[in-house]
Amino acid sequence: MEYFLIIISAIFVNNIVLAQFLGICPYLGVSNKLSTATGMSGAVCFVITLATLVTFLINKYLLIPFNLEFLQTIAFILVIAALVQMVEIVLKKISPSLYSALGIFLPLITTNCAVLGVAINVVTKQFTFGQEAHWLNLGEALVYAFATSLGYGLAMVIFAGLREHLSLNDVPKAFKGVPIALVTVGILALAFMGFSGMVK
Amino acid sequence: MNKLKLITKGFVKDNPTFVLLLGMCPTLATTTSAVNGLGMGLATLFVLVLSNMAISAVARITPDKVHIPVYIVIIASFVTLLQFMMQAYTPAMYETLGLFIPLIVVNCIVLGRAEAFASRNGVLDSALDGLGVGLGFTLSLTVLGAVREILGSGSVFGWKFITGDAMLAFVMAPGAFLCLGYLMVLFNKLTKKEK
Amino acid sequence: MTLVLTLTCLVCSALLAFAHALTEEPIRKAAADKLDRAIAVVVPAFDSTEAMKVECGGTESNCYKAVKDGETVGYAFESTTSGFGGMLTVLVGITPDGKVYNTDVLVNNETPGLGAKCTEKNSLFRTQWEGLDPAVKILAVKQDNGDIDAITASTITSRAYTLAVSNALSAFAAMAPETGEQAQNNEEGIENE
Repeated sequence: MEYFLIIISAIFVNNIVLAQFLGICPYLGVSNKLSTATGMSGAVCFVITLATLVTFLINKYLLIPFNLEFLQTIAFILVIAALVQMVEIVLKKISPSLYSALGIFLPLITTNCAVLGVAINVVTKQFTFGQEAHWLNLGEALVYAFATSLGYGLAMVIFAGLREHLSLNDVPKAFKGVPIALVTVGILALAFMGFSGMVK
Repeated sequence: MNKLKLITKGFVKDNPTFVLLLGMCPTLATTTSAVNGLGMGLATLFVLVLSNMAISAVARITPDKVHIPVYIVIIASFVTLLQFMMQAYTPAMYETLGLFIPLIVVNCIVLGRAEAFASRNGVLDSALDGLGVGLGFTLSLTVLGAVREILGSGSVFGWKFITGDAMLAFVMAPGAFLCLGYLMVLFNKLTKKEK
Repeated sequence: MTLVLTLTCLVCSALLAFAHALTEEPIRKAAADKLDRAIAVVVPAFDSTEAMKVECGGTESNCYKAVKDGETVGYAFESTTSGFGGMLTVLVGITPDGKVYNTDVLVNNETPGLGAKCTEKNSLFRTQWEGLDPAVKILAVKQDNGDIDAITASTITSRAYTLAVSNALSAFAAMAPETGEQAQNNEEGIENE
């Protein structure tokens, strides 16, 4: 039941893009086509979950016991950079078409604030999820990370659909491109706000 | 390019928020008020100037294959330094900005300027470039923060000019996106006229 | 190649360790100052505080005994509950007679303009806690047949805040055998909803 609450909360109530403002740059950049949006979401999902796993363990068994918490930022970002390199190599072998479709956006996952953001949140904040505030254990952290990336994917896919429609419409010249995209996201965020209070 | 131009180009021509479209996440998340936007901008400025200088100094002796991780480690170090200093000397702002302080590491502006400018120019020029872009960023954040604060809390820089509540949506998520979108339109219109 | 990377990491880590050592004391002091300021709000004037651990709301929490001229003037309990947007930690100051002297917010994740109003010191919601006597007032929001005025449109935050105070009062009652009768009366007051 608790895991269910974590999932609902991460996808809808505290959506990583629409409520937490993480992962905006690639969100605006990759979402003009549905196919690249889904590919990107998949890659991000994989990196977020794996990165959270590794950084959580490093924090718990390396940084804290040796009083090296001040190295958290450096350690975490290096882990993420290494993971993305790995994903690039693996993807090139397994699916060269997806690799070339994602292009420059794949290495850019390293600077996606959503990945570092989730990794840091999981070890520095206490969560409630409808019960008492507590530190997450590894299982909860992984479910949270995975669900968060699903929320990212959901927001991205919805947005890509909206953008494809927008491109067929008559947008005022001054708004073309990013401004109208931002206004659209704003309205989407307003809609998602309706989910708040669901997990209480 | 003369030294003054290096700084001022970060305000309009290379404005990170409205022209380069970089650093969106902190822009949207930390501009709930003018003061918060200002604080975030200055924090990023600190990292920008120092990391630009450090990276400019080591760029020539860094092998090309590892240059990205090396730059990232340098940037992360300055961000961690910033974290210590803010925690010790500006604890209130540290708590308000929260997660977005360590997230300066992945702020595309910092790595972007390091790649595009600092790795190819001298230390002083890189510092000035960092200063210019940082100031442009701070300006954008403060303006956006002020707009959201006026519309959403009825105050500006903490000085409340109405009693009761204003349009709360503007200090929350939707308002951030909407305000930035409209400000971008305004910025484009204004800068088009100058050109 | 990897030598350069390793070297960079080592140099940076060393510099950071140095910076960390330098700033450790100011950081600790800043946190302590913040807590001291909050304690000064919630209990009467004091000379010194004594920290201890108590069980509050089912979890182990901090409690600070405020002493002036050798006499205990109040206890400040850190009480954590689950608010609307996450954790809510209220510092509850209780005088030896069992009344709430005042409260302050230490940690909150509530919605700005709504639940976050609980941090506004001069709001109606906050001032009603000053000198609150649990033997006289029922500790629940008006919507739950209690005497507490909730923040408009923020019932969940208000409930969480009220629960935090209630838990602190229970912790006080559990720990103070010397205040005997007073503590007994307070507990009965809470149970007789």
